[in-house]
Amino acid sequence: MISIAEVEHVAHLARLALSPEEQQRFTEQLNAILAYMDQLNDVPTDDVEPTSHVLDLVNVFRDDTARQLISVEEALQNAPESTHQYFVVPRIVE
Amino acid sequence: MAVCHQTIHALQAQLVSGELSATALTEAVLQRLHAVEDRVHAYITVTPELAREQAAAADAAFARGDVGSPLQGIPLALKDNLCTQGIRTTCASHMLEHFVPPYDATVVQRLKAAGAVFVGKANMDEFAMGSSTENSYFAPTCNPWGGLDHVPGGSSGGSAAAVAADACIAALGSDTGGSIRQPAAMTGVVGLKPTYGRVSRYGLVAFASSLDQIGPLTKDVRDAALLLQAIAGHDACDSTSGDVPVPDYSAGLDRGVQGMKLGVPREYFVDGMDPEVEAAVRTGIDTLKQAGAELVEVSLPHTKYAVATYYVLANAEASSNLARYDGVRYGRRAAASADLLSMYKRTRAEGFGTEVKRRIMLGTYALSSGYYDAYYKKAQQLRTLFRQDFRQAFEQCDALVTPVSPTPAFRLGERLDDPLQMYLADVLTTPISLAGLPAISVPCGYTQQDLPIGLQLIAPPFCEALVLQVAAAFETATDFHTKKPALY
Repeated sequence: MISIAEVEHVAHLARLALSPEEQQRFTEQLNAILAYMDQLNDVPTDDVEPTSHVLDLVNVFRDDTARQLISVEEALQNAPESTHQYFVVPRIVE
Repeated sequence: MAVCHQTIHALQAQLVSGELSATALTEAVLQRLHAVEDRVHAYITVTPELAREQAAAADAAFARGDVGSPLQGIPLALKDNLCTQGIRTTCASHMLEHFVPPYDATVVQRLKAAGAVFVGKANMDEFAMGSSTENSYFAPTCNPWGGLDHVPGGSSGGSAAAVAADACIAALGSDTGGSIRQPAAMTGVVGLKPTYGRVSRYGLVAFASSLDQIGPLTKDVRDAALLLQAIAGHDACDSTSGDVPVPDYSAGLDRGVQGMKLGVPREYFVDGMDPEVEAAVRTGIDTLKQAGAELVEVSLPHTKYAVATYYVLANAEASSNLARYDGVRYGRRAAASADLLSMYKRTRAEGFGTEVKRRIMLGTYALSSGYYDAYYKKAQQLRTLFRQDFRQAFEQCDALVTPVSPTPAFRLGERLDDPLQMYLADVLTTPISLAGLPAISVPCGYTQQDLPIGLQLIAPPFCEALVLQVAAAFETATDFHTKKPALY
């Protein structure tokens, strides 16, 4: 069972501000969904290797060469706030 | 038959012969789109200027004697999670409502190079999270079939509905746990999910990176082959795209299924399956037998764990992928926040819809300290067992034939309050996604309420040609794919 306090903690980890109503509703819904997911425990998997990916991938290397893909202006065009070629965020250091 | 109702290959012959211009075809499709859009809501953004420009370029190429690719001059819709340079790409989210990508997805680049025409960006569930297209920030899409009060499936519901309503000639969607196949089944069109790694994901807005795959939604199987041909292949910009040769997907379409062994997994006729769906699928399987295939019963023993496994893994990956929406580099930002942390939290609270938040919460929980082994690692181990299930099944047969969805399209709003019920509808599509296999949905019947039913064909990795061959044989023996919704 997940408690409303745990939901609040997970919301903090996920950087989501939830209203008290959302916390309440998500607690109920997450409990129902997690109870359903708990059926995975019926399957013995002690000797089973986890699959993170279906392709047998190997690391892909390439030369570290600079390419002009987009300009600084293009990179900033979708920013909510920018100035002098920088993204602007609320003050971090007091 | 009006041009907007026709297939890519039928139109291509007319474009090449000069009987039809790309401009006239594009105008006809735009006219049809505008005639049905206020009832269907298949699109988030319509791009008539771009379409006319691309059509004129295609006509100029034809006039030069350059017949180009089979897609030259063909009006297409693109799911709105595919980045299009200079055209907003919203993922049906408030978060990206005004996002204009500075680059094209690889599939978009390839379609542009093939001379295709883009009529618009299709509606979807927000960030592709959903099975009904009701999770769009903008408006739900209505299924053109059954009186416009049913969902079109999802998450590529806009792409599927646009094809079904003839508001484009064909479309691209994306499939993470069934998001091409299920809406294709529910709207009576053909939908192909390629093998994971067959099509580059570069420029596809990420949901669950180990599962996402782009694929075609079309009016028939030959069109699916043509569209896949244009987008398949290795891409240096996606290190998970397979460096595997791309065969000619149209070459084997007429080979039939004589002597082929088709497996019917007994676990895919689940409890609670709609009787009309089961009857249509069983009849469809019999059609393939009549066409010369040998049927064998096979077992995929872990099927009932697919939904739980899928929703642990997909949500875990989603919670990580969607961490990028922080209100700094792109997307919306909550107004006037005193500090960075509250800016992040309020931005994400305002920008994401309920289903996206719910999945981020589930994924974050499954990855959090103390629960990682119980959920995430456990689900990854189950994933290994799903791959084993399929590997063993393919030792007994060439391809598998199953239903796509246990029910036909449900009514708008019917499942919105019960997320688990919505997830359970994905039981027959998620196992294939977990194993990364290619699968297609082809129309195999209609309910008494005039709602389409789909048949799913599944093959080993990178055997799209085989899936298409079986699907084409089914289509040759039936005429379900030619039926049109009563939408005038």
